[in-house]
Amino acid sequence: MNKSFLTIVWALVFSIHSLAQTSDPNVRIEVSGGVRVIPISLSGYKEDAASVLRFDLEVAGFEITDAEKAQYTLTGKNDGGQIEGRLQDRLSKAHLLAKAYTGENVRLQAHALADDVVLAITKVPGIARTKVVFKHEKSQGNSEIYISDYDGHNAKPVTTDNSIVAAPSFFPKKWHLFYTSYRSGFPWIYSHNLTDGERRPFAKFAGLNSGGVVSPDGTRVAMILSKAGSPDVWVANIDGTNLRQLTKTREDESSPCWSPDGTKICFASRVNERRSLLIIPAAGGQAVRLNTGGEPNPSEPDWAPDGKTIVFTSQPRAGFNICTVPAQGGPVQLLVAGEDPSWAPNSRTVIFTKRSGNKRTLSLLDVPTKRVKDTAQISGSRSQPSWAK
Amino acid sequence: MKSAKLLNVFVLGVLRATFAAGCQKQPKNITTISGRQGGPGGLDMNPAIPGGGNNPVGKGETEERPLGDLPDAKIGDHNRAALAAQTVYFDFDRSAIRPSEQGKLDAVATYLKNTPNVQLLVEGHCDERGTEEYNRSLGERRAISAREYLLQKHGLSSERVTTASFGEDRPASLERTEEGYARNRRAEFVVIQ
Repeated sequence: MNKSFLTIVWALVFSIHSLAQTSDPNVRIEVSGGVRVIPISLSGYKEDAASVLRFDLEVAGFEITDAEKAQYTLTGKNDGGQIEGRLQDRLSKAHLLAKAYTGENVRLQAHALADDVVLAITKVPGIARTKVVFKHEKSQGNSEIYISDYDGHNAKPVTTDNSIVAAPSFFPKKWHLFYTSYRSGFPWIYSHNLTDGERRPFAKFAGLNSGGVVSPDGTRVAMILSKAGSPDVWVANIDGTNLRQLTKTREDESSPCWSPDGTKICFASRVNERRSLLIIPAAGGQAVRLNTGGEPNPSEPDWAPDGKTIVFTSQPRAGFNICTVPAQGGPVQLLVAGEDPSWAPNSRTVIFTKRSGNKRTLSLLDVPTKRVKDTAQISGSRSQPSWAK
Repeated sequence: MKSAKLLNVFVLGVLRATFAAGCQKQPKNITTISGRQGGPGGLDMNPAIPGGGNNPVGKGETEERPLGDLPDAKIGDHNRAALAAQTVYFDFDRSAIRPSEQGKLDAVATYLKNTPNVQLLVEGHCDERGTEEYNRSLGERRAISAREYLLQKHGLSSERVTTASFGEDRPASLERTEEGYARNRRAEFVVIQ
């Protein structure tokens, strides 16, 4: 009996010692194949505040647990139009945050608290108050552009044209969109100022005009035009001058996206009969294939704001998969079933489309932990999401 | 028993130490958040719809400096019935005109030669087994293939024939079968008068 008692004591001492080693908030416990979620406990919150905090933290790579299993504790309350939060490292006892939030509404206050918690622990700003734009299909062949909070709530229409729309994207750092619309009967690229509602066609050539994306510095637009005989990547200045053809293949290019430093464009095409991702200098020059390893038929690339990773859709025999590859080339990772991904400003979270029968929905992927959270959606189909950056 | 008692004391001691360290009251700092924070345009700013549908400033459509040369004459009455029987079909993920489909294109050319005052719009479509923008470009490639056949084999003038891709947005069939998908991979011919 004494022997087993000693064993218990040693086990206890050893485990407390190990836990103490991981109380550094910057430590991620690496396990093969992924990054472990960070356990956090919530107490004192109710209804919307509790559900918003839970959602925001889970998207950010946290796991809501009981206090005994938590690395951090967030305690507080929401009442009287105010939310309070105290964040503590459970093991080191360090107090990381003590704040209260008022104004606007409960959801926004909870998002603000979640952002501050994420910043305090990970040292990276949270994304709980960011916006996304997407295509909302009300019925077959009838779609409009909508903007919502990143979690799908607060969705608002941007167009009411009773037509078909596609490929929306934000003008970087502006309340302004570029998107494709068939309101004229043809696919044209439009520039739409969300502040005052002014909209103008940006590209209305014969044939296809789609995939319009503004460069990160706001000076140029990359797009797909078929005016020269097949869908190619073209670039123009934001004022429409200096229109240049970047690709001159007989193949069909699609989905251009900019590198964050604005010097390169990644897009989908075909090389030697094989569907591929290519990277071309934005000033013109030779396109180089980006090897996507065993992941076939890549398309819809998006370049992370930190420049390091390109996320894309691969298409095996059945279905679609979200994959990442280092922008400089390297090992490809298959993350989750889905398509058409877009990076959040944190270069960590990705919004993407899931198909289920006729219906399309938007979900959020935390790339390091591979956790997926579905956004809120009441009716219709949502697809082609793009994150405001 | 003695050993059990010792364990209890040990555990209680640990618990007490934990609570003692954690219960200091920190001063609260109160942040008033507003819809304007958190990014371009703020959080709850309504996106303005063109034409002032929800917006007192009420700007709308302008034609200021668009890039493009599409003549307005192309936007006329659409007659889908005239050439409905000549819809051309394609293999999966391909835009080449199959030899078995060429007869339909020949019939389209004959119609146009006999009806000099009309234009032709070739619409390209895909089945849903592709991502949306990939399909938009593939549909355009299909429409272009049909157009090139008409221009090169039959000498029709390039101004008479335009293309428009709808990707997977306008399926002819909603059936998720090989037959349904095959009916969606098509180029349709619309007479514009």
